Amino acid sequence: MDYSVKINGETRQVEAEPGTPLLWVIRDELRLTGTKFGCGVASCGACTVHLDGEPVRSCQTYIEDIEGSEITTIEAVSADPVGAAVQQAWAELDVVQCGYCQSGQIMSAIGLLRETPKPDVSEINDYMSGNVCRCATYQRIRAAVQRASEILEA
Amino acid sequence: MTGLTRRSFLQTAAASGAALTLGFTPKGALAQAAQSRQLTPFLSIDSDGNVTAIVKHLEGGQGPATGLSTLIAEELNMKLTDIRFEMAPANAALYNNLLFGPVQATGGSSAMANSFLQYRTAGAAARQMLIAAAAQKWSVAPESLSLKDGVVSDGENFARIGELVGDAARMEVPAEPRLKDPSEWTQIGNPQRARRDSHDKINGKARFGMDVHLDDMLVVAIRRTPRMGGIVASFDDSEAKAVKGFDHAAVLPNGAGVAVYAKNTWAAFQARDALTVEWDFSKAEGRSSEEIRADLAAMLDAEPQYNGNKADRAAVEAAIEGAAQTISREFYFPLLSHSPMEPINATIEPLPNGGIRYHDGAQGPTVNQMVAGEILGLTPDQVEVKSLYAGGFFGRRLNAGADYLVELTMAYALTDQSRPVKLVWSREDDVTGGWYRPQALHRVRVGLDEAGKILGWEHRVATPSIFKGSPFEAAVVHDGIDAASIEGIHDGAYSIPGMAVGLTDAKKATTVNWWRSVGHSHTAYVMEVMMDLAAEASGIDPVEFRLAYLDEETEDGRRAAQVLRLAAEKAGWGQVAEGRALGVAVHKSFNTYIAEVCEISTPDDMVKIEKVTAAVDCGIAVNPDVIKAQVEGAIGWGIGHAMRDEITLEEGAVVQSNFPDYEPLRIADIGAIEVHIVPSDLPPTGIGEPGTPPAAPALANAIARATGQRITQLPMSATTDFYS
Repeated sequence: MDYSVKINGETRQVEAEPGTPLLWVIRDELRLTGTKFGCGVASCGACTVHLDGEPVRSCQTYIEDIEGSEITTIEAVSADPVGAAVQQAWAELDVVQCGYCQSGQIMSAIGLLRETPKPDVSEINDYMSGNVCRCATYQRIRAAVQRASEILEA
Repeated sequence: MTGLTRRSFLQTAAASGAALTLGFTPKGALAQAAQSRQLTPFLSIDSDGNVTAIVKHLEGGQGPATGLSTLIAEELNMKLTDIRFEMAPANAALYNNLLFGPVQATGGSSAMANSFLQYRTAGAAARQMLIAAAAQKWSVAPESLSLKDGVVSDGENFARIGELVGDAARMEVPAEPRLKDPSEWTQIGNPQRARRDSHDKINGKARFGMDVHLDDMLVVAIRRTPRMGGIVASFDDSEAKAVKGFDHAAVLPNGAGVAVYAKNTWAAFQARDALTVEWDFSKAEGRSSEEIRADLAAMLDAEPQYNGNKADRAAVEAAIEGAAQTISREFYFPLLSHSPMEPINATIEPLPNGGIRYHDGAQGPTVNQMVAGEILGLTPDQVEVKSLYAGGFFGRRLNAGADYLVELTMAYALTDQSRPVKLVWSREDDVTGGWYRPQALHRVRVGLDEAGKILGWEHRVATPSIFKGSPFEAAVVHDGIDAASIEGIHDGAYSIPGMAVGLTDAKKATTVNWWRSVGHSHTAYVMEVMMDLAAEASGIDPVEFRLAYLDEETEDGRRAAQVLRLAAEKAGWGQVAEGRALGVAVHKSFNTYIAEVCEISTPDDMVKIEKVTAAVDCGIAVNPDVIKAQVEGAIGWGIGHAMRDEITLEEGAVVQSNFPDYEPLRIADIGAIEVHIVPSDLPPTGIGEPGTPPAAPALANAIARATGQRITQLPMSATTDFYS
């Protein structure tokens, strides 16, 4: 089947079977590899992208269900003020270690800050609990979300 | 990273005639590209003045790209933020890991310990040659010149290093370049946050093995035997043929699985799921975890196979028999999976010259060459390895069976070898795929005199050997004793009188492997919980009790005591807040000393981890912030697995399959972590792993303090509820 996908401000045509997770369309067909495959069952958050501005797990979002929606991936978030602030905070605090989960962490953090501009620790823990980091960079993630909040407030 | 191979890199250097590339020949002499083709390029400077550190250890988050770049930046008097890096290609002779060669490998927390002098020496030689070139050009004495921020100058003349590299490359390579004195350091020890891999990893540009895509590539997924030792009897792919993108399926030559080839990852997974496979389990493992544990217990009932520390066992047993008090405990540790965030994968690309190129987050790049030699009959020079970032590894990307490299190479060998083949594992493949931290059973008896002093410590361990049969066997196994099975018991920082360590090698129920901190991942738990129990039985404060067995006349005792005191002080030991409890542990591993104090509360009878305070002595702290990050992460690793992770077997098959039942540490599980670094002028030691061993026993000792319950079976979740 042919689908048209609105992603990062462009409209791209892809051929995929119905039931194909958006994750594999993004990675294998559109070749945007910043979005990561971690578990395939929406349990780790590495594949998080924005669908009409809302974080979703792209491994459990299917190609036939995204018609008309705007998708944003890590490759395009710097154009958004919240995205840019989160990336700046991540860099300032050297959050990353292996880095494989961090695209998903950043996509979730942007979603959190859009919803709750000044989250406290328990709000961060609640919102970010679906994103796994096997390097356990969690305390820096908490600090970086709060730093991004400060950057946006300034 | 530009990702040039060594060959093309050297050709570039030679062709332009305007690049300075420094490294070591296989014999250890410093050399540069114009003089020797057989060199290890540790750094290069091009005619635009760009300085590139060539990183010979896998960057999987533990920081070598930053650490090794720092050493080069230091000797060239430049800022770390002005340096680039690229991954070294595979070459065992050139990039031999000095600590466990002759292979090029990352592991044992060895990157900095192994490279500290090498990279500084290469940087210092480059500095000296650039200065010599300028001195000749201006007819001045080299002593009058200095190099800083990419410019050589005497105050009157100025030259950028890019202008000088052509001349510098013709200068004699100094036999023993002068290294900067530690008092002159501005980059080593600098607390800056300047990870070299940070930017690529926050904008989606970092390339991991999983991200490789080559034209006309086949993606392969493997249906593996569900029980170790099982082989394929037959398979039926008629339903797989209905999956669009499916190419074909074939049995791996070793019978361990069926390779399913497709045009993309999703099709490979779908077609693999649609296969029907009949297995021959006649030689397969069939035990359950409970049966395996019973087998380990039976081994501990018998006399140990090995006398692990060559002790007089009879004397130790007699001392314990005559003790005023005896404490006995048995500790069980389950199988654990590494499960790095990036599922296992690698790609083979055929090259026009008949050779191949691996695209791999390669923990042991020269192992790739060995595997290609065995399976494809290629010589090492026909096998390139393009090293990519690893999305974590924790030991998983290197093992005695070279498992995924063998799978990939066999799968490639089964094709006509005209197209690239990319192997991709799912998370289910990872969780069920073996190469686990082995299970271990410890039984310990400690005898105390009336004053609470230790008279004897009898310690038995039954666990499968990791190192027997691995490429590192000769380095680790002596007199039949796999040192990694009992490391951290008798060879730690404590001076414990009357200790006997018995070891019995258990039959492997699964393939087993080194897992972040290896044997220390279980031995430290036993040592530190037993020390806590002994302190409690003696009525002595747990910190004071431990200090009594740290002989400060010895380096081990002095350094361990120092971190223990520092962690206790910073954690507010002895002045704990209402409703909180503290537990402490101290351990030496990979020549690094770490003490950790875990602070918990117990809301609604659940355990909540409020804070962990760590003190670390890893010698000279090259990148203090990377060290802190590693300790933070290693604590999370230690605590997370201890809380609730285990791999169990039923009839020889793994029960768990993905994160929902092999539940990783999550953000809400753990509170603040504070890391304090002891200033040191001793050579740097390991940092990737040593933070892990003390974490779980510090938590266990805090739980014991709060609830009276001593947890001797992991994971803790079997008996303890955690708040998150």
